[in-house]
Amino acid sequence: MTPLPVSIAAAVASFVLLVVVFELIRSRRLRERYALLWLLTGVVLLALSLWRGGLNTIAGWFGVETYPPAILGAVGALFILVVLLHYSTVISRLSDQNTILAQRLALLEQQLREG
Amino acid sequence: MAEQLSELKRIAIVPALNEEQTVGRVVDEIRAFDPGFDIVVVDDGSVDRTAGVAADRGAHVLRLPFNLGIGGAMQTGYRFAFEHGYDVAVQVDGDGQHDPTQLPTILAPVLSGEADLCVGSRFTGSGQFRSSFVRRIGIKIFARIVSLVVRQKLTDTTSGFRAVNRRGIALFAADYPHDYPEVEATVMSVKHKLRLIEVPVEMRERGGGSSSITAVRSVYYMAKVLLAIFVGLFRRYAVPVEEEHR
Repeated sequence: MTPLPVSIAAAVASFVLLVVVFELIRSRRLRERYALLWLLTGVVLLALSLWRGGLNTIAGWFGVETYPPAILGAVGALFILVVLLHYSTVISRLSDQNTILAQRLALLEQQLREG
Repeated sequence: MAEQLSELKRIAIVPALNEEQTVGRVVDEIRAFDPGFDIVVVDDGSVDRTAGVAADRGAHVLRLPFNLGIGGAMQTGYRFAFEHGYDVAVQVDGDGQHDPTQLPTILAPVLSGEADLCVGSRFTGSGQFRSSFVRRIGIKIFARIVSLVVRQKLTDTTSGFRAVNRRGIALFAADYPHDYPEVEATVMSVKHKLRLIEVPVEMRERGGGSSSITAVRSVYYMAKVLLAIFVGLFRRYAVPVEEEHR
C-alpha cells in the first residue's frame, strides 16, 4: 500500500504544477497549445496520488509489489519524455521558419538596395 | 449616428489557404457588391496559386512566409486595416462559403452604431446549414458556453463572417487569438466591452479546398478553446484606447 505521506506529497506537488501552469497561461507567458500536455501531466499525477487503491492496482499490473509509488515516478518520467519530444518537434518547426524568414529578409534587402 | 457606408474607408479581409479555385470569385463578388471596398487577401502559406489569382483580380495580397494558422492570418489583415486607417472591416472566407450579397446584413448594426462587432450566424434565421453531426454539436456546445460567459444569447460563435468598426479593428490588430480564433475572439471582444450583435445569414457550401478542422483535430480544438475560455475568465481586460491613425 502507498504510504500516506507519499500520497499527500505527490498530490501537493501535482496541484502546485497545475496552479503554476494555470497562472502562466493567465499571465500569457504560456500559450494554450503548449500547456495542454502539462495540464494532462498534472491531472494524471494528481489522480494517481489521490486514488491510492488505483495506484496499487496499476503497480500490480507491472509486478511492482514492494513500493507502488515508484509508478508515480515512472508515469512522471513518461510524461516528461513526451513533453521533451513535443518540444523537439516545436524547435524543428521554429528553426525551419527562422530559415525562411532570414531568406525572405535577404531577398527583401537586396530588392531595396538595388530597386 | 448612423453612418453611410460610402463615406467610410472600408476593407474586406479575406484569409485564404490553398484556395485558388474560389478566391478569385470571392474577390469579384465583394467588388460587385461594393466597388468601394478595398480587399486584402491574406495568403497563409498556400502552395497553390492563391496569391497570384488574388493579385490578378486587383486585391491587395499579404503573403505570409509560412502557415501561421487562421488566427495569425486574420490578425495580419487587421494590422493592415489598422495601419492604413480603415473605419470598417469585414471578414470573408476565401473558400466561398460566405456570400458577399449578405454583407449589408452584417454591416447594418455596425453602421448604425449599435454594435462594434457583428457576427453572421448560420442558425438564428432562415438560412439552412448542412454540416457534419459532430461539428454541429461542437458549434452548439460552444454557443451555450460562450452565451453563459458573455451573458448574451449567441447561436454561432464559430462563424468567421464578421464586420467590425474601428474599435474592433484596433483591438484585433493588437490582440487576436491563435489557432482556432473565432470563439475566443467573440469572448475577448465582449470582455473588452465591445458591443456584439449576431445576425442571421445564409451561408453556402464550401466552394473548394477543405475545412481547416479535420475530425482528428476536433478534440484538440475543443480542449484548447475550452481551456482558453476558462483561463480567460480569470484575466483582467483593459478597454482598448480609441486612438486614431488617420
